[in-house]
Amino acid sequence: MHNCCNNYTRSQLLRSAAAEAGRGLPAIEAGMPEPAGTGLSRRTFLSWSAGLALAVYGASKIPLAAFEEGIAQAAQTDKILVSVFFDGGIDALSVLAPTGDPRYAQLRPNLALAADAGTEFSEDPRLRWHPSAAGLATLHGEGKVSAFPAIGYDHPDQSHFTSRHYYEIGELDVGSHTGWLGRYLDDVGNDDNPLQGLSMDGSLSPMIATANRPVAAIDSVDGYDLWSHVSQPISDEMYKSFARFGSLPSDSPGMAQVRRATAQTDKLRTDLGGIGDFTSPISYPQTGFSHKLAGLAAFIDAGLPMRVVTISASGGYDTHADEAEDLSRGLRDTCEGVLAFQRDLEARGLDDRVMVELWSEFGRRPEENASLGTDHGAAGCAFVVGSKAKGEMVGEFPGLAQLDQNDNVRVTSDFRAMYCSLLEQWLEHDAASIIPGASSFARPTLVKP
Amino acid sequence: MAIPQATASASGPKGASKPKRHRPRHWHLWKDKHYRWVPDGDCGWRVQSYVVRHKHKPPRRHHRGPGPRPADRCAPNAAAGPAPLLDPDPRPPGTYQGPFGPAQATRLLQRAGFGALPGQAEQLASLGLLGAVRSLTRPSGSATLHGPAPVDDDGNPIAPADAWGHDHLWFLDRMVRSDQPLVERMALVLHDWFATSNANVSKQQQMIDQSNLFRSACFGSFLDLFEAVTVDPAMLQWLNGAENTKQAPNENYAREMMELFSLGADRGAYSEDDIREQARALTGWRYDWSNELGAHNFRFDPKRHDTSVKTVFDIAGNWSWQDACRLCVENPLHPSFFVEKLWSYFIPQPPSSSTGDGLISTYRGSGWAIRPVLEAILTSPDLYQGPPMVKPPVVQLAGMLRSLGRGIDTYAWAWLCDEAGQMLFWPPNVSGWDDTRWLDTSRLRARWNIVNYAIDEISVDAWNGTYSATETAEEALARAMGAWGSPSLRDEHRAELLDLARRSEKLATASWQQGPYRAMRQNALLQLIGISPDLILQ
Repeated sequence: MHNCCNNYTRSQLLRSAAAEAGRGLPAIEAGMPEPAGTGLSRRTFLSWSAGLALAVYGASKIPLAAFEEGIAQAAQTDKILVSVFFDGGIDALSVLAPTGDPRYAQLRPNLALAADAGTEFSEDPRLRWHPSAAGLATLHGEGKVSAFPAIGYDHPDQSHFTSRHYYEIGELDVGSHTGWLGRYLDDVGNDDNPLQGLSMDGSLSPMIATANRPVAAIDSVDGYDLWSHVSQPISDEMYKSFARFGSLPSDSPGMAQVRRATAQTDKLRTDLGGIGDFTSPISYPQTGFSHKLAGLAAFIDAGLPMRVVTISASGGYDTHADEAEDLSRGLRDTCEGVLAFQRDLEARGLDDRVMVELWSEFGRRPEENASLGTDHGAAGCAFVVGSKAKGEMVGEFPGLAQLDQNDNVRVTSDFRAMYCSLLEQWLEHDAASIIPGASSFARPTLVKP
Repeated sequence: MAIPQATASASGPKGASKPKRHRPRHWHLWKDKHYRWVPDGDCGWRVQSYVVRHKHKPPRRHHRGPGPRPADRCAPNAAAGPAPLLDPDPRPPGTYQGPFGPAQATRLLQRAGFGALPGQAEQLASLGLLGAVRSLTRPSGSATLHGPAPVDDDGNPIAPADAWGHDHLWFLDRMVRSDQPLVERMALVLHDWFATSNANVSKQQQMIDQSNLFRSACFGSFLDLFEAVTVDPAMLQWLNGAENTKQAPNENYAREMMELFSLGADRGAYSEDDIREQARALTGWRYDWSNELGAHNFRFDPKRHDTSVKTVFDIAGNWSWQDACRLCVENPLHPSFFVEKLWSYFIPQPPSSSTGDGLISTYRGSGWAIRPVLEAILTSPDLYQGPPMVKPPVVQLAGMLRSLGRGIDTYAWAWLCDEAGQMLFWPPNVSGWDDTRWLDTSRLRARWNIVNYAIDEISVDAWNGTYSATETAEEALARAMGAWGSPSLRDEHRAELLDLARRSEKLATASWQQGPYRAMRQNALLQLIGISPDLILQ
């Protein structure tokens, strides 16, 4: 796909790192950290009370039945932070295009947005919302979006894995193994509610990797059912026979394997059949990302006890080539989804309980490359969205006249400061125990009083 | 706290509720009638109309089928009576000595192919054990594809090189239609053995080219195959073979070529030093990149090759990439790795040490030829008398489509197989698919849904008032078994299905229930035959 990064997944990169262990980590990503949470035990848990098949991470000694109890009894009125990750690197030049900056069109002769594209960003007339970010622009107009037009950290690392790792663990340390939200859950969570930290992308996000509390991942918000052309009462008989296939004696390991899976499948169908369905008060765009958010809103409404939720944005943002098209599609699907999610929460009266944070591991190089794309840069962008968001820009867009020593956009806000404010102002938890060096960061106001 | 339940969907008469169907959601569908070839119950085809649900408004004059009549689906000489007996009994010592009838031929076709078409097991049995195996391992000429060509949901030809998932459909189609099933099965074996993924290959066509390399080389010399794979464009991208230069060696391929492809880890066959030295021997391959062509112009560049002496397995020399392959194959621990790995694809329990030794001497004696080892495995008593093994998802699906006489006509097979754990050309990593993990609650659920999708066209509408109100339980089971091409079921499974048929019949008390309940019973039987252990195992 791209000749720079070869579209590695992290596990593939870990494999190739292992393959080259004889001479250290691979040069392509020197010193690449291991993702937080690597090695946490994983068990599949079928929660009747949640209506979901959960992969539970950590806390391997706790019996699964305790999770059922824990989910059913956990408090359901906590504030919730939803993290949306733009995977690959996105920045203000893409989302809040500096069409008013004279160097913008010089650096991006092919990719620059037209001076009248999208809508003006009211807090800085040099910037315009990308047309695909119209969903965010709408919410910003309502005072529900705090924008970070140039977020990052000093001496930015341009490795996807290393920089993403820093954001995930909330510090600049390649050796740390718990996520910043994982440490929050270690402080405030409990031992029998894996839903307190929920990843919606099928596997654990390193951001919610804990030291000792259970957290969970789900593949699908649609519950668990078996398709069939048969209805009651004949379907009852059909499933009875299916269950019998699972309970007859086995005379070989292969047969035993089939029988075991058959019995478990029938059990799960019985436990969860029909529970995963949800309805939404508003209509969502027809994308997988939006469907997950629609499910999430329904889960919150149903009282599932979540505190932090992670989900990947629609699309990929490592736009080394053909940036215009790839970025527009993913950004539109993501921003439309976030807008619909906010409207859903408002319609359900839950919008005061949920804050959404959108982030990326870094920004792009201001100067476009020869493949109609952009390479890895420094300052990225982030947004905090919600009815309770303060709605004021944090840090200014530093302009393109003066770039850093690598010709990248300079950083004007630190991601750890954003985390400190979210912890203290939204989650109402002291940041000092979560973010190393928290006292050194000035706290931007992110939440309305 | 439960998620609120959806209200029951459409109800049948007198409150009997129809279950909700979960399908990809398409808000607007344009339905029209298309025509296709379906099996005529014998060896030929008849035209059948069916309703196509277009996701996009189709042009007024689009292709509605059925296209040219496909070739007959039975093997050409099936109708010409039994083939001459080729079985030179007595069979060689060490081979399976028991009866070789349709049951054994069926198992052979399941393990060495994708199951039998109607009449095929009998025809194969008539060749005798050795003749049957050789008919698979020594096919003549190029393969012929019998049956309708693969199409997407709109009836358009598939685009394996361009459309996501269509490469999966392309391979699946060959499994369903090729008259050289073992070639396709070996292409699948080698796809797992040398597992390469689209995840790090720039063009689907390069994956298809690699798959065709497996087809052409699957019976020949393993060394020839190994060399070809080593410099195959997809592999050079996947394991960084083209990023391996004398200035900056990349050890990715050097490690996997020994660990996964030829020698095995933790057997004392090679050291970390051997990996570094092999990597240097392999240096020199490169390609060009363009956004239009992706990686292309793969070539050996002597300037990038490390020409100094390398010491591999304590043998020093100015080794080349061909030497790197040869040294692996000549390693004393290679033959045992090779025969046991190949064996594991066909027989679930490992070979006894005497059987293993025999295979090793066959392999050595043939100069590392694959075919003699394959023939020894496929004539082994363990294959016919040993326990069954779980079919990989695509093998089960291909076999089902063959039994049902259905060609590739929907893109759903790509994502359904993905859910079942086997998206072709996307193995999970370089060690291929984990054969011990084909079945869990989410993957068996996917297989259930695959069965449901496979029988979609032959399922009965319970509520249109046309189904027989008098069909007996025995007739119902016979009908469902016939639709599945009469697979052999274990007695206890057949008994359970017959019991289901009888239980269902008792539930129909009112006269309006007689036909609809029997129709649903038919659908239930079709579903359960497809998801029975007999169809999951091979």
